[in-house]
Amino acid sequence: MAEVAGYDVAIVGAGIVGCALARRFAIDGARVVLLEKAHDVLDGASKGNSAILHTGFDAPEGSLELDCIRAGHAEYLDIHQRLNLPLDRCGALVLAWDAGQEAALPDLMAQARRNGVEDIEPMDRAALLAAEPALAPGVRAGFRVPREALIDPWSAAHAYLYQAIAHGAELRCRAELTRAERRGGRWHLTTAAGPVEAGLVVNAAGLWGDHVERLLTGESFFRIRPRKGQFIVYDKPAAGLARHILLPVPTKITKGIVVCRTAFGNLLVGPTAEEQEDREDASLSPDTLRNLRETGESILPGLAAQEVTAAYAGLRPATEDKGYRIRADLARGLVTVGGIRSTGLSAALGIARHVAGLVGRAPREPQHWPQMPMLAQAGPRDWQAAGNGGILCHCELVTRREIEAALNAPAPARSIAGLKRRTRVTMGRCQGFGCTAALAKLTEARFTQPMTCGDKDGD
Amino acid sequence: METDIAIIGAGPAGLAAAAELGRLGAGRVTVIEREPVPGGIPRHCGHSPFGMREFHRILGGQAYAARLAAAAEATGASILCNTTATALQDGPALELTGPEGVFHLQARAVLLATGTRESSRVQRLIGGQKPGGVIPTGALQGLVHLNHQIPFCRPVILGTELVSFSALLTCRQAGIRPVAMIEPGPRILARRPSGLLPRLLGVPLHLKTEIAAIHGRERVSGVTLAGPQGKTHLDCDGVLLTGSFRSEAALLAGEGVDPHSTGPIIDSFGRCARPGYFAAGNLLRPVETAGACWSEGRRAAHAIHAALRGDLPDPSHGVPLTIRSDLIRYALPQVIFTDGPGRHGQIQLRVTRPVHGILSLHQGPMVIASHRINALPERRITMPLPKNLLPDPLILTLEETA
Repeated sequence: MAEVAGYDVAIVGAGIVGCALARRFAIDGARVVLLEKAHDVLDGASKGNSAILHTGFDAPEGSLELDCIRAGHAEYLDIHQRLNLPLDRCGALVLAWDAGQEAALPDLMAQARRNGVEDIEPMDRAALLAAEPALAPGVRAGFRVPREALIDPWSAAHAYLYQAIAHGAELRCRAELTRAERRGGRWHLTTAAGPVEAGLVVNAAGLWGDHVERLLTGESFFRIRPRKGQFIVYDKPAAGLARHILLPVPTKITKGIVVCRTAFGNLLVGPTAEEQEDREDASLSPDTLRNLRETGESILPGLAAQEVTAAYAGLRPATEDKGYRIRADLARGLVTVGGIRSTGLSAALGIARHVAGLVGRAPREPQHWPQMPMLAQAGPRDWQAAGNGGILCHCELVTRREIEAALNAPAPARSIAGLKRRTRVTMGRCQGFGCTAALAKLTEARFTQPMTCGDKDGD
Repeated sequence: METDIAIIGAGPAGLAAAAELGRLGAGRVTVIEREPVPGGIPRHCGHSPFGMREFHRILGGQAYAARLAAAAEATGASILCNTTATALQDGPALELTGPEGVFHLQARAVLLATGTRESSRVQRLIGGQKPGGVIPTGALQGLVHLNHQIPFCRPVILGTELVSFSALLTCRQAGIRPVAMIEPGPRILARRPSGLLPRLLGVPLHLKTEIAAIHGRERVSGVTLAGPQGKTHLDCDGVLLTGSFRSEAALLAGEGVDPHSTGPIIDSFGRCARPGYFAAGNLLRPVETAGACWSEGRRAAHAIHAALRGDLPDPSHGVPLTIRSDLIRYALPQVIFTDGPGRHGQIQLRVTRPVHGILSLHQGPMVIASHRINALPERRITMPLPKNLLPDPLILTLEETA
């Protein structure tokens, strides 16, 4: 670790985009280091999203975003089985609830076709209610986007990271970038985890993208304006109420409130779109949670009898401009990947491919295929297999063996938040009522950010 | 695998049922417990008193749990620990999961005794950030009493139910110094003398106050309280969410669940809607003492014993009970029989707020029973049933009096 020389590429930020970039560069033969300021990966914008693999049917026409979503979607379909990642091809329904929205449908469908999503199907009210029997009867019309799908947002990112590591990439957590200097055609980076030298730096710092850009170049060509999205999560019985991803007719500002199942067998409603200055404060607001419940019930009335078990908020790294802010300055050895606001999960693999192209690296085929633990409800899950050590988290059916594996993974969980994202432990209805003690015991001395603050007798 | 009676949950209700079924000679009894050790919630409670009703002596939680398990095993019940029921099936039959994966258990009857859990943060609509150190009492008790670990040093305690004071005592035993107790309502919910504890221990009590927001990125750094004096900030390093219990009814997957009680809909014999399934203990409703759950478990054993001999009336002959008042939080059982073995002989209910009023049971146009009550939300109210009922649906009302 003390060796200073040696990296071809330093990627700043281990979110979904940084992990996909690390994967691409490492597979293509570069010596890669991935720098993350938090205790664990996926700790910023990638922490909370709607877990949908988009087709790009409603993305801005002719945009780089659309290209990256399409390429990312295609590559996920290619690789997910080899990495043991889930894919629920449930499709989406875009729903119009009033005359104005209904009038907007033809333009949306035309845009989808121009975006290369040609398999959309218009649906009238009767067809929608037949396809989604629990839908509120006030629905007027809509269309189906068959290839919109549900994935596991964290396993996907971890898979990209583990595959990067299998191809030689190195991850450094708690490695905030504090200084950067370009000397003799190389970057000399000072981080909280020691010095790093690299030929190329990729800024994938998400919510801190403009700060990192200023550290690297003294200025930033964009400014991050975090846009918060709050979600509520219903317990598993609610998932039976929706077959498709239920989308509203989007406005100019937002894709709107989505109702969809999750890969884990829950049902979520969200996100809101709230602009704020703070880059870390993903606060929940009780009024918003109430409003999300009402919105959910207006779409699926049956949700009134269902239990909300969790809520979360994500911060999108939006900028003053709607599009991605991707720019390569090869003379300076710098690629900036900024403003990946809400389609990062769908586009990450496509963005990585695009960036590799910008720096002129020829794509290679992966040599190693790490196997991810299958956490999706559709399974097969570890609790169903012999030798699992018993179930520790009974709400999400997480086994002791799965927790051990996450603690010993290529990039091991270093905080309870990181362990949750890797295993789903304590993310269910009891929120740790039953399993916290057993979990604290199993993870003792394994986290850099411990669950407990001391011993009963030793304080 | 096969058994005669499968019991899910080795807490006070499940273990009492197992022991009583054994004493009755009702057949082979298999108790399924997901924890490594039987005993249920009392096992996590370091404090007394447990056991007066059951063993005629005062015991600590862990000793009490051990005695319940020993009593069940003494009658021949086998207790399968580290085993989670993952699905209920017709038959009845259970899909179970243990360290060696999935297996199935056929039974002639199944008793659900899965107990209760505390409401999560989102169910209480607490806003703010999501740092570590926001935990329910169940987690605290486990950390302190099973692991000898502490999750925080200066938490706020939300809630003033009996369990909240149990949590307060646990904190003190472990050297944790709570900085405040917070109660959204106008008064302490637990009965005296628990309410005197905060003052005795020097913990400030804030009534009519809610936690408006939790602050902190990695660990809790403080909370915003909203009370009679407006919003104030309080530094703390944890939030303990106590009480506000709800039934651990996930296995029912929403089928046959009463939204009022949060537990399964049962008849007077504890029978669920699904044939062959019974329920007892705190799964039925939030929440009674271990002793009350133990009694229910014993009563359920008699009902199950009768059912296996074909001595229970046809489930369709029961009279449904409906609540017609916002003042009534829940009422059990939801389907009434007035005759038969192992029966809940009374209606048990709770109110949603302190109320003086008249509780009435109606059938058609007739009032068949009526009682003046002076009720608090944390007290169980019982209402005896008339000996003879008409076949018409029962309606329960509560009229507030001045």
